[in-house]
Amino acid sequence: MTEYLLRAAQLTDGRRADIVIKDGIIESIGSESGASGATVIDADGLLAMPGLVDLHTHLRQPGGEGAETVLSGSRAAAAGGYTAVNAMANTSPVADTASVVEQVQALGDAAGYVTVRPIGAVTKGLAGEHLADIGGMARSRARVRVFSDDGLCVSDALLMRRALEYIKTFGGVLAQHAQEPRLTEGAQLNEGPMSAELGLAGWPAVAEEAIIARDVLLAQHTGARLHICHVSTAGSVEVLRWAKSRGIAVTAEVTPHHLLLTDRLAGGYDARYKVNPPLRSDSDVEAVRAGLADGTIDIVATDHAPHSADAKHCEWDAAANGMVGLESALRVVHEAMVGTGLLDWAGVERVMSVAPARIGDVRGHGHPIAVGSPAEIVLYDPSSRADFAVVDLAGKSTNSPYLGRSLPGSVLATFHGGRPTVLDGAIVDLETGPTNA
Amino acid sequence: MRHLLSTKTLSRDEAIQILDVTEDMAATQQREVKKLPTLRGKTVVNLFFEDSTRTRISFEAAAKRLSADVISFATKGSSVSKGESLQDTAQTLEAIGADVIVLRHSMSGAPAVLAESGWISASVLNAGDGTHEHPTQALLDAFTLRRRIHGDASRGRGLDGVRVLIVGDILHSRVARSNLWLLSVLGAEVTLVGPPTLIPFGIEAWPATVSYDLDEAIATVRPDAVMMLRVQRERMNAAFFPSEREYAGLWGLSAARFAALPETAVVMHPGPMNRGFEISSAAADSSRSTVLEQVTAGVSTRMAALYLTATGGAA
Repeated sequence: MTEYLLRAAQLTDGRRADIVIKDGIIESIGSESGASGATVIDADGLLAMPGLVDLHTHLRQPGGEGAETVLSGSRAAAAGGYTAVNAMANTSPVADTASVVEQVQALGDAAGYVTVRPIGAVTKGLAGEHLADIGGMARSRARVRVFSDDGLCVSDALLMRRALEYIKTFGGVLAQHAQEPRLTEGAQLNEGPMSAELGLAGWPAVAEEAIIARDVLLAQHTGARLHICHVSTAGSVEVLRWAKSRGIAVTAEVTPHHLLLTDRLAGGYDARYKVNPPLRSDSDVEAVRAGLADGTIDIVATDHAPHSADAKHCEWDAAANGMVGLESALRVVHEAMVGTGLLDWAGVERVMSVAPARIGDVRGHGHPIAVGSPAEIVLYDPSSRADFAVVDLAGKSTNSPYLGRSLPGSVLATFHGGRPTVLDGAIVDLETGPTNA
Repeated sequence: MRHLLSTKTLSRDEAIQILDVTEDMAATQQREVKKLPTLRGKTVVNLFFEDSTRTRISFEAAAKRLSADVISFATKGSSVSKGESLQDTAQTLEAIGADVIVLRHSMSGAPAVLAESGWISASVLNAGDGTHEHPTQALLDAFTLRRRIHGDASRGRGLDGVRVLIVGDILHSRVARSNLWLLSVLGAEVTLVGPPTLIPFGIEAWPATVSYDLDEAIATVRPDAVMMLRVQRERMNAAFFPSEREYAGLWGLSAARFAALPETAVVMHPGPMNRGFEISSAAADSSRSTVLEQVTAGVSTRMAALYLTATGGAA
């Protein structure tokens, strides 16, 4: 395998060093002559961080190949500096059996751009009635450790309790999409001044907060691990802060878009801004940023949700929920957290790589850049700034809320398993295996 | 004016100008020959994704009085549920040669999406979208009220200091929203009255006072006009109020409440009325009810709106 020398890269601990990658691991860090025959990459002025790990990605395959495939989503991930993604279970068929998760895993391995870790459904068909084949998925070749009905809330309290308890058997974690269904029937937009003016059915903050409050208490009662998906409100942050202060085993994620965008963007009924949970208010944005900065929220997860143009270019109520986010995530976190002084780059490394790998038990990822670590690396230029554009999108869908928006930074290279998936800011065309796509 | 999508975006001058053009149109409707050649050769399409016979025939009458060719295209439910997108429908109408598309839609924002889409070059006139806005209804209401208050001296005037109660299901009412913005930019003082379940969440910044008590609002505001909104009886099944009887008792304009209004106060209703529910016959049929004047004003208002959008006139 080719050897790479990343010359004069900036590490998040402040060191500036040459990084040598060989045979899929980091062979040395220090000052290199570069005479070894390695391919030299000038990383002067670039940040080197462990490859990003997304705990919440919709790859759409099987069933939604018109919007994204495991291969196209893997390329989008690599373009954003990711080396591992966790693929949500709301595919068609639903990832609720060993065969589906093994298929997704195999497609990910064949694509080769990132480690693809399938998430298993909590309930059969996401119907919220019967437990899915949790043990079968956990013991399958895909070795599923994260279970989620994301897109839908496990709203039945008894079923939620049982699921939390049952998943303990396999050392897994339940990732809850917190949305009280009755309070959000037909909901279209954050309930507040914008929904009132636009005449869109409101999605009240309390519908998220009430479920989180219930579930942290269930996690405490059962001693199980709970993870909260896409925290979006100030009240949710408060509930989580309380839960953590009580020692409850809860972790939480926030999306890049909830760190940067607000519901005011819905003013023109442009459905690129339609997402679930919805964009919230300025004070919510401030609260989730503070929560991420102080550790109440553990990680950033993209909730990358590709949709075809038809599903977005229509009436707001008729449009699908979701935004693509893999390609822009690091730049958005840069803008919202580093640009505001709330996080340093070591903090970014923690919330976008180390902690998500730990929560999702994603092996071989999220290790600080050190000799002997797997060569999962992103090189990021923090000094540039440019309008986010369609050419920055590497997946199949273009439903990004950032198109035309100025964002800092750019991902110049990504290394996965010791080989580049992105070089000079462009996707490397890998020899991919059969992908059914 | 390229499109008419909402009243929220109208300035006071623009609003008054539309009302003044409506005066011109109303004057022509007093003549023996009511038809004007203004929009001869123009095609107006009434694209109705939601049933509304009243609004549709009002727009039809308005377009015909201006000598436009009128095509009415009614389809129930959303275009999406029929497997035909708003884009395809609109582009079909564009290809037919529509100059103005009058759009009624059950989904809030559909006219804005159509206007901003780049799919069409036609003007878009919002004839009611979901629970968002119904700008021509608000304009005809303001026109009617201005006439009642200022009579023949209406031109150029706003509704400064006029006290208006808007009563009923504010949450689901596009009429209430359009009226609030327009009345307020014209200088009127608006009080919204209804049960808390039917008042939208997050309206602290709206230019309105909110009251849950109609009797108290009548007593303290001493309104010049009371706008009663149509309330769907089925709302009680979704726990917005316990029963029709209780709603009528607390928020209906009963004969007794009508009698408690200031003697000069007018009673308005966009129709169709639920008699005995949100409004009593004593109020609806009195000389202070403007219900039929509103219908008449509807044609003149829509003539003005069609004229201003189709010709790109000022305002």
